Amino acid sequence: MTQTKTGGTLYRGREGMWSWVVHRISGVGIFFFLLVHVLDTSLVRVSPEAYDAVIGAYKNPIMIVGEIGLVGGIVFHAFNGLRIILVDFWKQGTRYHRQLLWGVVGLWVITMAAFTVRHLMLFFQGA
Amino acid sequence: MTTKNPEAVLPAHGIEAPRSGRIDPKYLRSGSGSGSFEMAAWLFMRISGLALIVLIFVHLWTNLMMGDGIHQIDFGFVAGKWANPVWQFWDLVMLWLAMLHGTNGMRTIIDDYAEKDRTRVALKGILFVASAVIITLGTLVIFTFEPCLMDSSGELLDSVPAFCHDVVG
Repeated sequence: MTQTKTGGTLYRGREGMWSWVVHRISGVGIFFFLLVHVLDTSLVRVSPEAYDAVIGAYKNPIMIVGEIGLVGGIVFHAFNGLRIILVDFWKQGTRYHRQLLWGVVGLWVITMAAFTVRHLMLFFQGA
Repeated sequence: MTTKNPEAVLPAHGIEAPRSGRIDPKYLRSGSGSGSFEMAAWLFMRISGLALIVLIFVHLWTNLMMGDGIHQIDFGFVAGKWANPVWQFWDLVMLWLAMLHGTNGMRTIIDDYAEKDRTRVALKGILFVASAVIITLGTLVIFTFEPCLMDSSGELLDSVPAFCHDVVG
């Protein structure tokens, strides 16, 4: 029997654990953005000037980068959510959960590449 | 090693099958009362999640990918969208499902990490109040929104969408 070197007591659940961690973190981030987003949209009931001033902050270059991060979180949460549904309801879901995660990561990279290019192009066109 | 209970080391008497009624009811999953609620919450996360993928992806597509993207978003853009009852309904369903989905997710996380009873109750209290306020506020905004705003002399403001000039004249 060969001795295995362990790296401390960290639970190493591999793909299943890391997708769970990222799903939680992205979910919490989206939730707090949602609270802010309902509040900023509510400014349409205050005045057009108030709404336009606050929504103008979303057109700042730093916020453009933030929006790519936000959409990245939403897209991961969405695709990984589909993976969770497949693991729960599809007979072969638990057997292929790792392959499904790599599918999620692949689709996420493609979606985010397209979104990032389009979002940045629109930003520089209008700036 | 000393044993006070001779039965513990004498399996000859027979070992009872697990879950044969010797388990304290507080450790049982069934009959705890909250079982059906947790089952409903679990199912809700999956059904609302599927709906939210469609609702949010279309929302992001129309607002950020179509037209001028982020630069088109101003008061007139919102007014133009909410002049259509389909978008009002769309945003209303999206608001409710996203808030309930998010609140239930946060509830799960609080239950997982807040170990003290008082901390857990306090955090969930803040969460539920905040969610109720945001859902109520968002719903009121969608239903009481007035796109064709006028100044004190009855003239339409510059920021109103174009269709207001046809409606108000």
